[in-house]
Amino acid sequence: MSGKQFDKEGSIAEDKPCISLTVNGEPYELAVGNMHGGVAPSDTLLHTLRETLGLKGTKKGCDRGGCGACTVIMNGNPVLSCMTLTVECDGKDILTIEGLEDRKTGRLHPLQQAFIDNTAFQCGFCTPGILMSAKALLDSNPKPTENDIKQALAGHYCRCISHYEVVQAVTDVVREGDKNG
Amino acid sequence: MAKEYRHIGKETPRKDAREIVTGQAQYFDDISLPGMLYGKVLRSPHAHANIKHIDTSRVEALPGVRSVLTHKDTEGWEWGIPKHIRILDSKVRYVGDAVAMVAADTLGIAEYALELIKVEYEPLPAVYDVEEAMEPGRPQLYERFVNNTFSEPLPFEPNIQRGVKMGDVGKGLAEADFVAEGTCGYEIFPNPLPPEPPGVIAAWEAPDRLTIYTPSQSIGMNRFIGLPFVHLADFRAISTQCGGSYGTKNANLTPVGYAALLSKATSRPVKIYYTKEEHFHSYSVRLGSRVHAKVGLKKDGALTAIEGQWLVNIGAASESGPYQIAVGCGELQIALQCLNWNLDTALVFTNNSPAGIVRGYGGQELESAILPVLGLAMEKAGVDPVEFFKKNVVKKGGGWFWRDGNWWTFRGVDFTRAIDKGIETFGWKDKWQGWGKPTSVIGTKRRGVGVGVHSNADIGEDVSEAQVKLSADGRVMLNVCISESGHGQRSSLCKMAAEVLNLPLENVKMSAPDTEVNPFEFGLVGSRGTYAVGSAVIAAAEDARSRLLDLAAVKLGTTPDHLDTEDGMIYIIGRPEQRVPWRRIMGLDRTIAGEGRFEPDYSLCNFLMTFVEVEVDTETGKLELINVVNATDAGQIISPMILEGQLHGALGSAGLDTAIFEETVRDARTGQMLNGNMIDYKWRTFADLPEFTNVILETPAPSHRFGAFGIGEIATSPGPSAVLMAVYNAIGQRIMSYPLTSDKILKALGTVKVNTAK
Repeated sequence: MSGKQFDKEGSIAEDKPCISLTVNGEPYELAVGNMHGGVAPSDTLLHTLRETLGLKGTKKGCDRGGCGACTVIMNGNPVLSCMTLTVECDGKDILTIEGLEDRKTGRLHPLQQAFIDNTAFQCGFCTPGILMSAKALLDSNPKPTENDIKQALAGHYCRCISHYEVVQAVTDVVREGDKNG
Repeated sequence: MAKEYRHIGKETPRKDAREIVTGQAQYFDDISLPGMLYGKVLRSPHAHANIKHIDTSRVEALPGVRSVLTHKDTEGWEWGIPKHIRILDSKVRYVGDAVAMVAADTLGIAEYALELIKVEYEPLPAVYDVEEAMEPGRPQLYERFVNNTFSEPLPFEPNIQRGVKMGDVGKGLAEADFVAEGTCGYEIFPNPLPPEPPGVIAAWEAPDRLTIYTPSQSIGMNRFIGLPFVHLADFRAISTQCGGSYGTKNANLTPVGYAALLSKATSRPVKIYYTKEEHFHSYSVRLGSRVHAKVGLKKDGALTAIEGQWLVNIGAASESGPYQIAVGCGELQIALQCLNWNLDTALVFTNNSPAGIVRGYGGQELESAILPVLGLAMEKAGVDPVEFFKKNVVKKGGGWFWRDGNWWTFRGVDFTRAIDKGIETFGWKDKWQGWGKPTSVIGTKRRGVGVGVHSNADIGEDVSEAQVKLSADGRVMLNVCISESGHGQRSSLCKMAAEVLNLPLENVKMSAPDTEVNPFEFGLVGSRGTYAVGSAVIAAAEDARSRLLDLAAVKLGTTPDHLDTEDGMIYIIGRPEQRVPWRRIMGLDRTIAGEGRFEPDYSLCNFLMTFVEVEVDTETGKLELINVVNATDAGQIISPMILEGQLHGALGSAGLDTAIFEETVRDARTGQMLNGNMIDYKWRTFADLPEFTNVILETPAPSHRFGAFGIGEIATSPGPSAVLMAVYNAIGQRIMSYPLTSDKILKALGTVKVNTAK
C-alpha cells in the first residue's frame, strides 16, 4: 500500500488507495475499496469501527445523526460517527468508549466511575455516546457550568431519562477536578 | 421507619455497571452467529390494500439471496390476542405493514433485493378514527371482526374484565350533588421508542428446535406465549442486553416470525434488525384511547357514579389489547374508588400502526382520557383535585375487580401520607388558585399547576420461579430468567438473595437470561420485579439456607434453629467467633439447591401522584414544563438511585411529554407517518430539563420479608392528564386532547383561527 494522504480538498487521490487512522492509540492502515476488511467509499466511521475493527462499544441508534449514540472523539472533538465517512478520516486520531479507561492500569476514567457511582444510566445504550461527549467537553472546558454540561449533551437521546443522574455524574467529576487542581 | 439491612436499601453499583460504561455490554447488534444471514422486510406504501400479485423472480435470480418469502409461504404463522396477526398476509393494513421478506448473505444484498420485488396492490379505503371504524359500512380490516370490533370470548381467560360494572349508576348519579359529562381523547399513538431498535436472530438447529436471540424485557415470555406460534418446536429464547424497552420489547412475535420463517427456509441463522425508520413506521406504538363519560360527585368530592364508554383504537393489530383493557379498568378502580360503575369498552381495529404493549398498559391511556372528564365535575363542585384524589384513592377495606374478573380486597399501605408529603414538597396549597385560574401571570407568561394519579395491582401479577444454588466455596448462583433492559432488576434480585444468605453481594451471581437454563418466569412486565419475582428469589434463597442449616445441624450435632450463616460460614447463634466454612459442612462435592415460586396476588398495588407546574406563553402558545414532583410510597426501597432513575422516567418513553409535544403525526389521506425520524419526532433533551423531585415514602408493605414492591412502570402514567389540567389552569381554556402543541393553545386562546375544513 502506497500512501495515506488526501489532497487538500479531502478527496481521495486515486493512486493512494489506503488510509490510516489511530483508534484508541492503535494505528490502523485500511485499504480503500470493496475488498473484505477494506473501507468502501460509502462506509461510515461507525460502520468501520463496529464491523471492520470489531469495536462494538460505539452504538448505532438511528444511523442518521439524530440520536448521538454513535458519538466518538476525533482529534479532540465529539463527532457523530454515523455521519462521518471513514475515507474522510485519514490521519485522524479517534477515541472510542473502548479507549476511555486506562488500558495499562485498567483504571476507569473518572467519568466512567462517576457514572457508576451515580447509576447514571438505565438501559445503558446511550451511555457510551454520552460519555464521549462528556469527555470531549471536560477536555476543552474543565470547569463547565451545569448549563454548559446540558448544552454539550443536548444531542444525546436518552429515553429512560437518566439525564439528572448524568448531569450529576459530570458535575461530580468537575468538582473532583476542582479539588485536585 | 425502614429497617436496616446489609444490602437492601443500600446504594450498590449495578452488577453490569462496568460493562455498560466501558462499552462491553452486549446489546443485540453486538452479537452474531456463524453463517448468519441478514433478513429484510418489504413494507407497504398503502394503509389498506389487497395484494393481487407479487413477482419475486428477479430476486430469486440475484446472487447472495438465500430466500424470498411471501404470504403464500407463511400460512399458519399467527399470533396476537386474539390470535389474528399473520406474519405475512394477502392484505396490508397500515403503511409499513409487511409484504414480503428476503434473507441474503449481506445486508446490502437484502436491501437491494427488496427493490426488485414487484407488487401489484388493490388499494382499499382506509379508516383511522375509532368511532368511524365501528360504524357499519366502513372499511373492514379483518373479515372476522365485524365493524372492526373485537367481541369474541377469550378461551384462555374466560372471565377477563371487559369493563367495570357494579352498583347502580342511575342511583349514583341521582345521589350526586354535581354531574358532569364529556369526551376526551388520548389518541396520538406515541412511540415509546427505545434507543436500540428491535431485533431478533433466529436459528433452527434442527427441524423441531428453534433458538432466538433478542433484546427483551421479559425473555421467558417469548417462549411461553411463543410455543403455539412456533408450532410447539423446542423453543429456546436468549436475551441480549436490552437497549430500552418500555414494554415494547417483551415478546413481540412479529419480528420473531420474520427471523424464524427465513431461518427455516434457509437452514441458517437469520438476523432481523429494524432500522430506526422501521422502528417508527412498523413497530408497536401506544394505543389510542377515547372516553365518553358521565360522572357524579358529592360536594365533598366523593365519587358516586362513573358511567361511560372507553373506546380503544388498537390500530391494525392487537398484541394484547383485551388485557390492556382488563388491566386499565382495574387500575382506574384503584385510583377512583366508587360504588356505582357502568364503564363499557370496545377494542377497535383501524389502519393505524399496531398498538402493542407499552409502559402504562391501558391504564395510562384510560386515565389520560377520563381524568380530564372528572376534572369537569371537580370544577363544578369546586373541589381541589389533590383532595379529590386523596379522598377517592383505594384505602384499607376497599378493592377492585382485577383483570381476571375477580374482586380483590386491598391490603396495602395508606397512600394519603405520600400525597400529603407531595403537597408539601410541591407547594400545592400556595400554587393552586382554583379551576381555570393561573398560579401566576407575568406579561404573556401564565403558569398553572395540575396533578394526576396512577396505581397498578400488577406488582403481584402472574407466576415467577427461582432456584438458588449454593457452592461449597460460599458462592451462590441465582437461576431466574430475568433480562436487563434498564430496570437494574438483575442487581436488585441478587441483593435480595445476598441479604437472605448474609453474603457479600459479589458472591451472588445470576444466570444468563436464557429459557433453557432457568425455571419459568413470566417476565418484568408492569412493576412485578420487586414483589413477584423477588418473592420467588427470597423463597428459593430461604429454602437453600434452610437445607444448608439442616445439613450443618447433623454435622455439628445441634438443631438448625441454633445455627446461622454469614459470609459463607456457619456458626452457633451466640458463638459467632467459632465458625466453620460451608465447605466443611457441604464437602467439595455437593451443591445445595433451593427453590421458590410466587403465585399471583392482586391484593397489593403501587401508587404515584405527579404534580406539575407549567408555563404557557400566550403570545406564542409555547408550553414549558417548569417543575415536576412525583409522590409515592414504594415500601422498602431496594436500590435508591435505581428507583429515582425510574421515576425520572416519567418524562420519557411516551409518558408525560405526550401531553406536550410527543405524537405520531399521520397524513389523513394516505395514512403515512409524517414524523418518523429522530429529528421530526420530538423528544426531551438535556437542555430542557424541568426541576424534578421524587418524594418516596418507605412504609413496609405486607408483600415479602423486605416489605418491598415495585413502582417503576407507572412513572409515565400520571403526567399527561396532570399537564392537561395545568394548562387549563394557566390559560382558563380547556383542551380535551393531546398533545398541547402551540397551535392548539393559540386556537384555544382565540389568538389564531384554525381552518378545520378537511
